[in-house]
Amino acid sequence: MTSVEATRQPVLELTGIGKEFGAIRALHDVDMQVYPGEVVGLMGDNGAGKSTLVKIIAGNFRPSHGEIRFDGNAVHFHRPIDARAVGIEVVYQDLALADNLTAAANVFLGRELKRNFGPVSLLDHRAMAARALELFGELRSETRPHDLVKQMSGGQRQAVAIARTRLSNAKLVMMDEPTAAISVRQVEQVLSLIHRLKEQGVAVMLISHRMPDVFAVCDRVVVMRRGEKRADKAIHDTSPEEVTALITGAKEAA
Amino acid sequence: MAIQIESPITFTNVGKARWWQRGLFATQTGYVLLALLMLLAIMHFASPYFFTEGNMQNVAKNFSFIAIATLGITFVIITGGIDLSVGSMMCFSAMITSMVMVELSAPGSLFVHLAADGKTVVANVPGLILLVSVLAGLGVALIVGLVNGFCIAVLGLSPFVTTLGMLSIVRGLAYVVSNGRGSFPGGPDADYFYALTSGDVLGVPAPFIYLVILALVMAVVLHHTTFGRHVFALGGNEKAAELTGISVVRVKIEVYVICALAAGLQGIIISGWLGSAPANMATSYELNVIAAAVIGGANLAGGIGGPLGAIVGCVLLEVIRNGLVLAQVNSYWQQTLVGVIIIMAVLVDRIRSRMA
Repeated sequence: MTSVEATRQPVLELTGIGKEFGAIRALHDVDMQVYPGEVVGLMGDNGAGKSTLVKIIAGNFRPSHGEIRFDGNAVHFHRPIDARAVGIEVVYQDLALADNLTAAANVFLGRELKRNFGPVSLLDHRAMAARALELFGELRSETRPHDLVKQMSGGQRQAVAIARTRLSNAKLVMMDEPTAAISVRQVEQVLSLIHRLKEQGVAVMLISHRMPDVFAVCDRVVVMRRGEKRADKAIHDTSPEEVTALITGAKEAA
Repeated sequence: MAIQIESPITFTNVGKARWWQRGLFATQTGYVLLALLMLLAIMHFASPYFFTEGNMQNVAKNFSFIAIATLGITFVIITGGIDLSVGSMMCFSAMITSMVMVELSAPGSLFVHLAADGKTVVANVPGLILLVSVLAGLGVALIVGLVNGFCIAVLGLSPFVTTLGMLSIVRGLAYVVSNGRGSFPGGPDADYFYALTSGDVLGVPAPFIYLVILALVMAVVLHHTTFGRHVFALGGNEKAAELTGISVVRVKIEVYVICALAAGLQGIIISGWLGSAPANMATSYELNVIAAAVIGGANLAGGIGGPLGAIVGCVLLEVIRNGLVLAQVNSYWQQTLVGVIIIMAVLVDRIRSRMA
C-alpha cells in the first residue's frame, strides 16, 4: 500500500470537507484520499454522514467547507453531470436501470451511439450491442446485451450498472450498498466485479453495512461516525471487531 | 459487413429466451393481433358482406378516424402519462381550421380576389388558404400540448388532473369561439380540403394513407432514435432516466406536444369527413382513443407500447362495431362489448406474465 501511495497521486483527495444543513452539522472536517486501483470501504451507522459524503463527491450537494481535488485538480461540482464529466460514477443501490429496456440499451442510456443517414441520426444498435458484450466480457458476467433487464438476476443487474461506469472510463466508481438485496451467490459475483474494476486501475468506494464484503474486497476501510471520520486503516491492520467498535462508538477513534 | 463478432462470453447457466418468448409473440399486441385475425375469419363466415370492397373501405376509413390520435397518445402512455384532452383537442383544431379557412376566404381578404362576375371568390394562390388554416389548427394544438407538457413536466402536476382540466378548457374555448354553433369549411379551397380529408387514392381512403405513413415514422422514431429510447426509459424508470442525464422535462413536454398535434390533425380530418366542425364534435373520443391504445398493448403504467398495437386496438374496436351492425345486433351493445374487451385484453396479458 505505502508503495502505491508514494508512487502515484490520489485520484480523489478531500481536504477539510464539511457540510451543514441549516443548524445541523452533517459532516465535519473530513480528509480522505483514494488512489487508482484501490478499493476503499466506507462504513458507518445510519446518519453517520456516509451518504452526505457520497453525494458531495457525486455532485448532488456542494460542500459548505473544504476542497475536493480530482486527478490533482481542484473541482467544483454544481450538478451530478459535472462529476460524471471528470470521471466519477455512482452505482446506486436501486441500480437506476430501466427494466423495460435491454441490457445494452441501459448501458448506453443517455449516451447512445448513433449513425447518420443524411439529415437523420439513428441509433447504432449493432455497435452498442457489440460494445456492451465486450464490457460484460471484461466483467466476466454472463449477460446478453439483447436481454431485457426485467428478466435478469440481481448479479446481472449489477453487471449492467457497472458496465455503464466502464463505458465512460470512470476513474472513481462509488457503489452504494451493492450487496444489500441480493443472494449469497450473487454477492460473490458482485465482489468479483469489484475485483475486475480494480484490475483495470479504477478506484472503487464501497459503501456497505456488510462487514464480510468489506473485508473480502477492500484494501482500506474508512469509518464515519456522527459526521466525522473516526478511522482510516489498511484492511490488514484492523479487524471486523475493531471496525464494529468504531461504528458503534465503543471505540472513539483509531 | 455483417461480421458476427466473436462472443467473449460463454453462457453456461444463463438460458436464452426461445423465439416464442421474445419479440411480438411475448406481447399483448401479439395476442390481440391473433384475436383480431380470428375475429376477421369469423366475420368472413358470418357475413358475406364483410370482406366486400365497400365494407373494407368503410372499416379502413372509420378506424383511421381515431387511429392517428391513438398513435399520438401512445407516446404519452409509454412515458407513463395520460392525456384526457384529445377529444376536445380534435374539436378545437378542426374548428379553428374551418374558421380560419372561412375568414381568409371572405371577400376583401389578402388571399382572395373576386372573379370577373363580381360574385365568385377566387383564391390568389390555390391551396394557400388551406395550408394556412391547417397550420392554424395545428398551431393551437401545439400551444395546448406545450401548456400540458409545461404543467406536467415543469410544475409537476399530475397528468390526469392537468389534462382533465385541459379537456374542459379546450372544449369551453371551442364553444366560445363558435358561440356554440360550430363551423363549416368553406371558400375556394374547401374542395381541396374535402379531397385531402375524405377523398381516396385508387380506392384507398386518404386518412388511411396518412395513418400508415405516420405509423411507420413513429416506429422508426420509437425504436431507432435517442428520443424514442428516452421515451421508453422514462416509462420504465423515470428516476433512472434522470440520473443518466436524460432531459426528462424536455422529453415529457415533447410527448404531450406530439399527442396534441396528432389529436389536432385527427380532428381536422374528421371535420373533412363530417363536412363541419360542430362544437360537440368528438366528445368523449378520448375514452375510445385510450381504450384502443390499451387494448393494443400500451401499458398505462408506462414503458410498453407501439404503433402496431395502437392500430390493432383501433381495428379491433372498428371490426366489432362493424360486425355488430352486419350481424344486425342492436348497436347499443357495442359499448358494453368494448368494455369487456378492454378488461379481457389486460387480463390475458396478466395471466401470460404470471405463467412466464
